[in-house]
Formats: sequence, structure tokens, C-alpha cells
Amino acid sequence: MKYSSQAVAKPYFIFALILLAGELLFGLLMGVQYIYGDFLFPLIPFNVLRMVHTNLLIVLLLFGFMGATYYLVPEETESELWSPKLAIITFWVFAVTGVLTILGYLFVPYAELTALTFNNLLPTMGREFLEQPLPTKVGIVIVVLSYLLNVSMTVLKGRRTVITTVLITGLLGLALFFLFAFYVPDNLIADKFFWWFTVHLWVEATWELILGAILAFVLIKTTGVDREHIDKWLYLIIAMTMVSGILGTGHHFFYMGAPEYWLWIGSISSAVEPLPFFLMILFAYTMTKNRKIQHDNEIALTWAKGTAVMAFLGGGVWGFMHTLAPVNMYTHGTQLTAAHGHLSFYGAYVMIVFTIISYAMPILRGRPHGNPKAAQKRELTAFWMMNIGMLGLTLALTTAGIVQILDQRVGTDLIGFMDSQESINGIYMVRAGFGALVFLGLMTYFTSFFVKEKA
Amino acid sequence: MTERITKSMAKNIYYGGGMFALLIFLGLTLDTVHQIPKRSNQVNMTESVVEGKKIWENNNCVGCHTLIGEGAYYAPELMNVYNRRGDSNEETFKGYMQGWMAIQPLDIPNRRKMPQFNLTEQEVNSLADFLIWTSKVDANEWPPTIEG
Repeated sequence: MKYSSQAVAKPYFIFALILLAGELLFGLLMGVQYIYGDFLFPLIPFNVLRMVHTNLLIVLLLFGFMGATYYLVPEETESELWSPKLAIITFWVFAVTGVLTILGYLFVPYAELTALTFNNLLPTMGREFLEQPLPTKVGIVIVVLSYLLNVSMTVLKGRRTVITTVLITGLLGLALFFLFAFYVPDNLIADKFFWWFTVHLWVEATWELILGAILAFVLIKTTGVDREHIDKWLYLIIAMTMVSGILGTGHHFFYMGAPEYWLWIGSISSAVEPLPFFLMILFAYTMTKNRKIQHDNEIALTWAKGTAVMAFLGGGVWGFMHTLAPVNMYTHGTQLTAAHGHLSFYGAYVMIVFTIISYAMPILRGRPHGNPKAAQKRELTAFWMMNIGMLGLTLALTTAGIVQILDQRVGTDLIGFMDSQESINGIYMVRAGFGALVFLGLMTYFTSFFVKEKA
Repeated sequence: MTERITKSMAKNIYYGGGMFALLIFLGLTLDTVHQIPKRSNQVNMTESVVEGKKIWENNNCVGCHTLIGEGAYYAPELMNVYNRRGDSNEETFKGYMQGWMAIQPLDIPNRRKMPQFNLTEQEVNSLADFLIWTSKVDANEWPPTIEG
């Protein structure tokens, strides 16, 4: 570790991983409730499980991004963090807010929670992914602002690199677009339209900048390739992201009450959306081929390459599958969306968090050359368990989506939703099985932290 | 192929292309905001419809159902439930809704369960009004069939 303030990243990484375990656990519970409707009912109804599952994901990714930033910004700017103390305070504020929110979801009926948390003053709750009570949303804004302040002040006093510029642009976008979470028009269609400004412009625009910056940083460190070269690739990737991703928001406006022109705009731009992910694969593999150093932390580079490939599959391939308007007419609101959501969130964002943790955590623990070989081997096993698990789960959901479309939407012998879901039950069992594999993979990953060098 | 592209070219594509996309997006956003009232029949958005939307949100209905294709996939799509269960008749649908909401959760082993939300008769009525209003939104001919 070159700068002592980088150490603040450690609690962020650890907490992100704990939240990930929780997220997967709730995913598994949902997987079971999908098959056995009485499971955990009425103790924890499905909507509560889902809220915990998705909110944990969002929060763990934010923790991961923050940890990544606090780790890489001092090294990039060649100066200590502006205020390590603020970073630690921010950590605790965010952690406590997050835990209280999850406990609120689990132990207070949602309608009561809205009443208890002053939702009537400024109604923002009850919308997918943005279910958080008002105090939590305000807390997120405070946390993100203090984090932005800390990072910006550090960048201003130190060396400026393309990586930090891209990262800060992404963070500013993240903060800006979250503000739409506070705007809830009475008209459902206007509400849905602006809801996507947070949801889509986070995951398919600003977060991709953050992803690109972290990936570039890890590639520089593990391959030793010249920064000029890395910078060019980074610009190229995020250029494609911006050109396709911003107008690609249109693929959400096909069938929700927005005008017809989005059918064209959304289809054309999002047909380009796989391109930045494809470039990411070329980027990771070309840099590996041209590497100047042989870093002992091999598994970090494996994660980096894995991120590029899985992000391409989840975001690029599975996104493209249903992004053209005539196809989306039939796929909109089916398990195909869930398939795409799972693989893209995992492939792009969970994996980039694994990548930076895999690179930075050994250094934070006083192992500049990475973990011992035996630990890296264990980590590699976990890598494959989780990847195969996620791919299997995604394929199962994709099959479920196709059956659902054939049952409910194509031909004349249509059956209703509940009957169709019953016919998919077997596929949901396969999905739950692969989900369990992902969970076991994470547990295997955790044990790799405690594998000791052979004496 | 990337050899011919320099760092400054890539940088210019990023800033230029990004700004260009953003400007088009902003322009179309303004137009969409302008068109939404007509496409959604905002004139028919009564107080009861707005109240129904609040009830929809306060009970996190989107945590299980989709509405115009967005939400969770655990329970049926509700944009066209007015046509599917109410035969596109307001009185039939409201009667159905009162009965349906009152008997939850259904006592069928291992069927997916909807919780009992203990809504008042008037609240169920508003919820029904909200769903009726939603069913009439112009969503470019979606959903493709009555089954949602």
C-alpha cells in the first residue's frame, strides 16, 4: 500500500461482501417461494424478499464502488485522501442507514413503514428498486455528496489522470440521476418515464464509466501496460457507452405510454449497446497479451477478464436478445427481463467489485504480491462456481421467459399467468439449484481469505 | 483496427458523441413530457385515480406484479386486468375487485399468495379506478394479448 489513507477502503470491501452474502441468501429464499408459495408466507411475503434482495444489491455495489474509489484515487492522484476520517464517518452512516432500512423492510409491514417514515410529506416509496423510505433516500444523498466531496478534493490537489476524470464523471452522474428518485408525478406514465432516469442512466450509462475506470486501473496494475495505451481504450469504451447508452434509455419507452418514435430511437441505439462491452473484452485480452509484467496476483487479472466477458454476455448478448421493439412487444415484462437483469448486474457490477477486491484486498492485508498460490487456487474455484451458477440460472430464466411468452402471448390456445407459471415450475427448480451453486461459490470464496501459505 | 485511433480522437468521440446523444435525449424528453398527458388521458385522472396510485405504491404492489410490463414477475400483469377480469365494464370490475381483495390470501396449498392488505371499501374502489385509468393508456398496442 503506497498511501496510508487507502486503508479506508478495507471496511467498504468487507461490508460489500457481507451484503452480497445477504443478497444471495434472499435470492435463494425467493427462488424457493417461487416454487412453494407457502414457504415463509405470511412471515415474509414475496415483495419483501424481493425488496431486500434488490436493495442489498444496489447498496453493496455502492459500497464496492466507494471502496474501489478510496483505494485507487490516492494512487492515481499520488496524494493521500483529502479526509480519511470523513470516509470512515461516511462508511458508518451508510452502513447504519442500510441495516436499519433492511430491518424496517423485514419487521414493519410496508404500508406502516410508509406512514412511519413521513412518506406523506414527499411520497417516493413503492416504486421498483426505489422502495427506500424518505430518510434512507436523504441519507444516500448525504453519503454520496460527502463521498464526492472527499474524492473531488483529493483529485484537485493531486495528479489528474484519465481514470480519475472518468471516475468522477461517473460519480457525478450517479449523484445527479439519483435525484429523480425524489420526483414522483401523479401521472403514472410520467412517473415511469422519469423513474428510468435513475434506473437506466445509472446502470447503462454512469455506472459503466465507473466500471471502465476501475477495470482500467486494475489492468494497468496487473499488466504494466503503458498508461497512454490504456487511456485510449478507456475513452473508446466510454465513448461507445455514452453514444449508445443515453439514447438506449429509449428501449424502456417502447410500451409504457411514451410516444412511438422511441420504438426507433430505442431499437437503433440499443443495438449498439453491446459494442462497448465487446470492446471491453478486446481491451482486457489485448492488455493481457501485451503485458509488461507478470504480476503474482494472477487471479485479479482473471477476474478482470471475467468481468469483461460476463458483462458482454449479460449486458450485451442478453440485452440485445429483447431490445428490438418488435421482439420486446412479446418479451416485455417476462422472465427474460429477469434473466438479463441477473446476468448483467452480476457480470458487469458484482464482478468488477470482485476484481478490485481481488487486486486490492491482499495489498491492504500486507501481501503486495497477492494471496498465496493455494488461496488463489481456491478463489479460482469460487470464480467458476459463481460464473457457472449465474450462467445456469440465467439460462433457466431465459427458458422460463420463452415458455411464458408461448403460453400467454403467441398463438390462439392461450393460458393465463398462474397456469403458465405452474407449467414452468420444473424450470424454476433448476434455477434455484444454480442459485444454490452461486451461494456455495461465494462461501468457497470467503474461505479463500483464510487459506494459509504452506509452511 | 484500434491502432489508427489516437487517444485524442477517442477523447473527442467521447465528449462530442456524449454531448450529442445527451442533447437529442433532452429534446425528445421535452417532447415526451408534452405528449404524455394526451397519451395517458390525463383529463380522466380523477382524485380517486391519484389516490389509487398512492395505495398501489404504499402497499408495494409492484414488488410482485408488473404494471405495463414493469415490476416483478411473481404475479400477473395488471394493465389489462380490467379487461381480463372486469370484461371492460366498470361495475363488473369493481365488484370483482372488492370480492378478490377481501378473500386474500387464498387457501390453496402452495399457490403463490397475495397478502391481506386490509383496505377499506373506498380504498379498493380507488385502486380499481387507478387500474381502469391505466388500462386506457396508449402503450403502442401493448400488451399483445388479454392474458398480459
